[in-house]
Amino acid sequence: MTSDTSKPGAIPPPTMLQRVRDSDIWWSFTHSKSAMFAATVLAVLILAAVFAPFIAPQDPYDAAQLDMWKAELPPVWQEGGEWPFLLGTDTQGRDLLSAILYGTRISIVIGLASVALSLLIGMTAGLVAGFFGGMIDNILMRIGDITLSIPTILIAILVSTVVRQLLPADLREIGASAVLIFAISLSSWVQYARTVRAQTIVERNKEYVQAARLLKVPARRILAHHILPNTLTPVLVAATLNFGMAILTEATLSFLGIGMPPGQPSLGTLIRIGNQFLFSGSWWIVLFPVIQLCLLVVVVNLLGDWLRDVLNPKLR
Amino acid sequence: MTVMSIQKMPALSVDRLVKTFDVSAPWLNRLIERKPRQVLQAVNDITFHVPMGGCLSLVGESGCGKSTVARLVTGLYKPDTGDIRFAPGQDGKPLSAQMIFQDPYASLNPRWRVKNIIAEPLRELKLRNSKAEITERVEELLKTVGLSASDGEKFPHEFSGGQRQRISIARALAGEPRFLVCDEPTSALDVSVQAQVLNLMRRLQDEFGLTYLFISHDLSVVRHMSDRIAVMYLGRIVEEGDTEDLFAKPRHPYTQLLLETIPNVKHPHRDRVVAGGEVPSPLKPPSGCPFHPRCPIATARCSEEIPPVRTLASGTRVACHFVTEQ
Repeated sequence: MTSDTSKPGAIPPPTMLQRVRDSDIWWSFTHSKSAMFAATVLAVLILAAVFAPFIAPQDPYDAAQLDMWKAELPPVWQEGGEWPFLLGTDTQGRDLLSAILYGTRISIVIGLASVALSLLIGMTAGLVAGFFGGMIDNILMRIGDITLSIPTILIAILVSTVVRQLLPADLREIGASAVLIFAISLSSWVQYARTVRAQTIVERNKEYVQAARLLKVPARRILAHHILPNTLTPVLVAATLNFGMAILTEATLSFLGIGMPPGQPSLGTLIRIGNQFLFSGSWWIVLFPVIQLCLLVVVVNLLGDWLRDVLNPKLR
Repeated sequence: MTVMSIQKMPALSVDRLVKTFDVSAPWLNRLIERKPRQVLQAVNDITFHVPMGGCLSLVGESGCGKSTVARLVTGLYKPDTGDIRFAPGQDGKPLSAQMIFQDPYASLNPRWRVKNIIAEPLRELKLRNSKAEITERVEELLKTVGLSASDGEKFPHEFSGGQRQRISIARALAGEPRFLVCDEPTSALDVSVQAQVLNLMRRLQDEFGLTYLFISHDLSVVRHMSDRIAVMYLGRIVEEGDTEDLFAKPRHPYTQLLLETIPNVKHPHRDRVVAGGEVPSPLKPPSGCPFHPRCPIATARCSEEIPPVRTLASGTRVACHFVTEQ
């Protein structure tokens, strides 16, 4: 039985890179056209957003660079279009391409940060509820139930209005993104909490956890080293899909006027501004931010769907 | 070995152990459906001793409370009443116990490398301090259980069931226990692999002077391993005696029935007493002797009176109204 494992000079353990390249996930990735397409597009979008200050022809936050005479210029290929305003300008003479690049940046940052924060809240709540059970479990999960019974947008509106009133006026502009992150994560942590709790209850009763408890390993370390890594798979899928959702929620809130201010527009703010000029003929102000938003959310969701299928053992 | 070890102080004494589980529905369901609380009697008034350096086996059908006893002994469950006492070791502290689990697929964390799994007791119990010492000890343990040092780099899923059980044993040994609780360590393995693992466990017992509490439903495995056997039925011990004595002369009707079920190569078509009925639910145990609904010699007395445990001259302890000295 052990003859094959006790050979002298056995193969050295594979390096990290080799393990990634030999993994099922990598194989599945290179064999899924939609995943590769989505990953490529997402990489381009993220790179463009990260390097926006070097790519964009204009700093849309800097009012001194705006020129009212160049307001509402159409895209360059249209009659009246003017270089370097590739996608045209908005009503304040702001270059739309620059605004979209900077806006995508804000959307991605807010999406990532709110997913990270809600993961932190949700996973902590789920681990604690599932591992300790009883009263703590009941209290945490009922709080979750209550949160779920209020529509996401309503929670976000509530939180952002309340926090905004509490913040002094000079901090409101700066704190806008923090408020958004807080509002979005407060309304989306429950899904993680439930997933992690269910998985924790399964893992808690497995014998390897009992073996650790026999060694009197403190609960904190059992949770962090044994249970948490084994709950990550479903959470990873949910987090990817929720990243798309968070971007959409941010856009919705900004569209409703309680998100990012027009001074530092996100994609949602741009769509709101453009929406007012849709029927005056300046269609480009709304169309390009919408395309960018759709593209971003679609590729994120494509990746999430692919990840869900790959990590689902029943579909292997 | 048996005679020697019985004279010494027992490594583990378990005295009148009781464990119940509350398996009631949530209170809202109880309120609406008017259901009473339900209490499961898992272990009911169990007393036994494990001799130092010996091996006591608990046998019985599934659901009779064997595994609960294992978890009570190791401290994973708290007993309702009763005493569990380990003899003091050389350092004066009670003997330390480790456990080998039933399911080799659930007992190793799938995301840990084998070397880290085996090193966990070393780190947690601070048995080795430096990284080099830990690595050295892990390799030594791997070799002790018949694996190679390079296996430490692998993950549990790269091993077969028998190999995983060896890893499990190595982890248990890493805690430097004097006492090992083995909860059906071979029931998930192929017969050929079972023998290898059992032989390994016997070798380790001699090498490290271990004491075993061995739990199984397989009588032939138990016979191979143990000095004494305790037969459990529905949370109680119905008979306990030296292995060969118990096989040669089973006293309790349940033990007789269990031995009847062992296939015999020499007498393949012998007449057998087929066991009637099933194990009653531990939620509603029968009155009196728990075995009376299935017992071929039961009388009215058996359904009223719980038979006391009596010790016979041979050292066998048995709980039946009709067993007499012979």
